[in-house]
Amino acid sequence: MQTLTQKLANPTRFMQLSGTMLPWIAGAAAVIIAYGLYLVFAVSPPDYQQGETVKIMYIHVPSAWLAMMAYGLVAVSSFGLLVFRHPLADVSAKAAVPIGAAFTFLALFTGSLWGKPMWGTYWVWDARLTSVLILFFLYLGLMALRSSMDDESTAAKLTAVLALVGVAILPIIKFSVDWWNTLHQPSTGFTSTVDPSLRVPLLIMALGFTLLFFAMHLKAMRNEILRRRVKAMRVADIAHRDGMSALSNPVAG
Amino acid sequence: MNAFWTLVGRDIRLAVREGGALGTALGFFLIVVAMMPLGLGPDLNLLSRIAPGILWIALLLAALLSLGRIFETDYEDGTLDVFATASLPLELVAAAKALAHWLTTGIPLALLAPVLGVLLNLDVKTYPVLMATMLVGTPAVSFLGAIGAALTVKARRGGLLLALIVLPLYVPTLIFGISVISASAGPSGVGSSFLILMAISLISIALGPLAAAAALRIQLQ
Amino acid sequence: MHRKTEAGVNIGRRPCAVVPPGGWPRRLPPPFNPCFHEPAIVKLVAENLVVDRGGRTILDGLSLAAIGGEALLLTGPNGAGKTTLLRTLAGFLPQVSGTIRFEGGDADKTIAEQAHVVGHGNGVKANLTVHENLLFWAAFLETEAAAERVRTALTHFGLDALDHYPAAYLSAGQKRRLGLARLLVAHRPLWFLDEPTMSLDTASTTRLAVAIDAHTAGGGLVLAATHLPLGLARARTFDLPSALPGFRTTAAEARL
Repeated sequence: MQTLTQKLANPTRFMQLSGTMLPWIAGAAAVIIAYGLYLVFAVSPPDYQQGETVKIMYIHVPSAWLAMMAYGLVAVSSFGLLVFRHPLADVSAKAAVPIGAAFTFLALFTGSLWGKPMWGTYWVWDARLTSVLILFFLYLGLMALRSSMDDESTAAKLTAVLALVGVAILPIIKFSVDWWNTLHQPSTGFTSTVDPSLRVPLLIMALGFTLLFFAMHLKAMRNEILRRRVKAMRVADIAHRDGMSALSNPVAG
Repeated sequence: MNAFWTLVGRDIRLAVREGGALGTALGFFLIVVAMMPLGLGPDLNLLSRIAPGILWIALLLAALLSLGRIFETDYEDGTLDVFATASLPLELVAAAKALAHWLTTGIPLALLAPVLGVLLNLDVKTYPVLMATMLVGTPAVSFLGAIGAALTVKARRGGLLLALIVLPLYVPTLIFGISVISASAGPSGVGSSFLILMAISLISIALGPLAAAAALRIQLQ
Repeated sequence: MHRKTEAGVNIGRRPCAVVPPGGWPRRLPPPFNPCFHEPAIVKLVAENLVVDRGGRTILDGLSLAAIGGEALLLTGPNGAGKTTLLRTLAGFLPQVSGTIRFEGGDADKTIAEQAHVVGHGNGVKANLTVHENLLFWAAFLETEAAAERVRTALTHFGLDALDHYPAAYLSAGQKRRLGLARLLVAHRPLWFLDEPTMSLDTASTTRLAVAIDAHTAGGGLVLAATHLPLGLARARTFDLPSALPGFRTTAAEARL
C-alpha cells in the first residue's frame, strides 16, 4: 500500500494527476477571483476613513499572505529534497520561488500604492514593509544562487540549504525589524474586528489567490518536469550519436 | 580538538602572511566612511548623529569583501578534499575557519572603528559602547558569512552573489548593533539590546557551521 | 573480531601456514600463532555502483574488490569515470544505488577517515614553507610523532633541502611531490590517488612507486587512476569501460 505522498511523489502519476486537476483549480481560481472582485467593487462599501483606496487591500493582503505561504512551500520542498532526496521536491521548490517572489513584489507594490493616500508617501520604513522587503531579497538570493551554477543538482541542493537557513533566520529578522520600528497598524487580517462587509470579500479574494497560486505552481512544476525530460532526451541523443560515430570510426576502435 | 586549533592557527598564519586581504578590508572600511561626508555634506551635527550607522554599514561591507577567501582557496587547491577525510567533522572545520576569519578580520575592523569615528565627529563617550557592540556583533558577521562563502564556492560571479545572499542575514546584527549605541545615550542603558546582540551572535555561531558544512559537502561531490 | 585469512586473499605477504576454521584467536602470542604479526587484512568491496554526476550516469552497475597489499590501477578513456569512482569510494559522492564496504578497518570510522585522497589539487599553501605545510597536515590529521614522520616524508620525496622555502617558490612538480608527501605523514590504510604522476619527472615517479610499494607491503591498499605503468611490485589493473553508446540518462531523470 502506498501512502498518498508516495503516490504524489511518483512523477508519472504526478503528471497524470496534475494534468487532470489543473483545469479545475485554475477554473475555480478564476471564478472565485471574479466573484471576489464583484463583491469588492459592486457590493462592499468604501471605508469611512480610507475611502475607495481600501480596495487595494483586497489585492495587498492576499499577496502578502501568499508571499509567506510560498516561502513555507519552498522550505518544505527543500527539506524534502535534502532529507528524502526526491527530485520532485526540487521541482516544487524551483517552481515556487519565482511565483513567491512575484507575489512578494505585488505585496510591496500594492502596499506602496496604498501607502500614498494613507501615509502621504509611497514608501514608509515601517516594520512590515521592511520585513517583506527582506523576504523579497531572500527570494532574489535563492534565484541568483540557483542560476549561478551549471550543475543543476548541486545548485538545487545548495539552494535548498539557503532556503532552510532563511527559515531559521526569518523569525529573527522579523523580530528585529519589529523591534526597530512599528508604525504599521497592528495585524487584523482575517480576524473578526474587521467588519463582515469587508472581511467576507477579503476571505474570498484570499481563497481565490491561493487557488491561483496553486494553479501557477502546478503549471510551473509540469513545465519543469517536461523541461527536464527534454534535457534527458537530448543527453541520451548526444550519447547515442557519439556512440554511433565511435563505432563507425575505425581509429577509435 | 587539537586539529581544530591547528586549523585556526594555520588560517591566522596565512592571513598574517598574505596580509593584503586584511589591508584591503581596512582600506575599504576607511574609504567608505570617508566618502560619506562627501555625499552627505560636512554638517558635523548630522554626521555625529548618523556615525554609528555609517560605521556599522561600512564594517559589514568591508567584512563582506573578505568572506570569499574563507573557503575559496581551500576549494581551489584541493585542501577541502583533505579536510573531508579528517576525523574532525566538517562542521568544526567550518567553525574553525569562521573563527579565524573573525580573529583576523572582525576584530581589526572593530578596533579601527573608533579611529574612523573621529572623521565623523562621533561623541568620544560612545567609543567604548561602539567597540563593544562591534566586538560582540562581528562573530555573527563571520559565522553567517561563512554560510554565504560556502554556498558560493563553486558559483560564477561568487562575490556579487555572496553580497546578495549574506546582507539580508546581517539585518538583525545591524539593527541591534545600532540599537545598543542609541540606547546607551538614553536613560534605560544598553542591557537588553546588548544581550539580544549577543544572542544573535551565539545563534549564528551554532547555525553557521552546520549550514556551511552542508553546503561544502554538496560541493565536494 | 575475527578476520578471514583465506587462500588468495593474503596477496604479497607470507601466508599463514595453518589456519584453524574461523582464524587464529587474536591475543594468542607469536610462537603459537603464525599470523600474529600480520596486520589486519583490509578489503574494499564495491557492488553494483550506480553514480550520477552533472546530470549524467557515469558509473552504471560497476563492481570491484581490492584487497590490502595490492595497488589497483584504474585505467580507461577520458570520461570513463575514474575520478568519479575514486570520489565515490572515498564517500564524497553519494551513489544512486549499490554498496561500498570497507572490511578489516576501524569500524568506528568512515572510509574517508581511513583514507588519503590526493586529487588534482595538492592541498599546498603557497604562503607556508614546505615544512610548515607538511607539519600542518601531520597535526591536522592527528598523527603521533609528527616531527619524525614529516622528516621521513620530506626525505622520501626529495624535498628535505627545500623545507624552509615558502611553497610559492616550488615548481609544479615539486608542489606535486609535496602534495604526495602528505601520504606519509599520517598512516591510513587506504590511498585514493587521482593521476598522482601529474607533473612528475621520472625520478619522482619512481619515488612515488617506492612509497606505494612500501604501503602495500605493509598491508595497505592503493587505488590509483593512472595510465603510467609505475613499475609496482604488487599491482593489478582495473579497466573501466568507456561510456556506453546508447541511452544513458541519469537515474534521477529516468524517474521523472
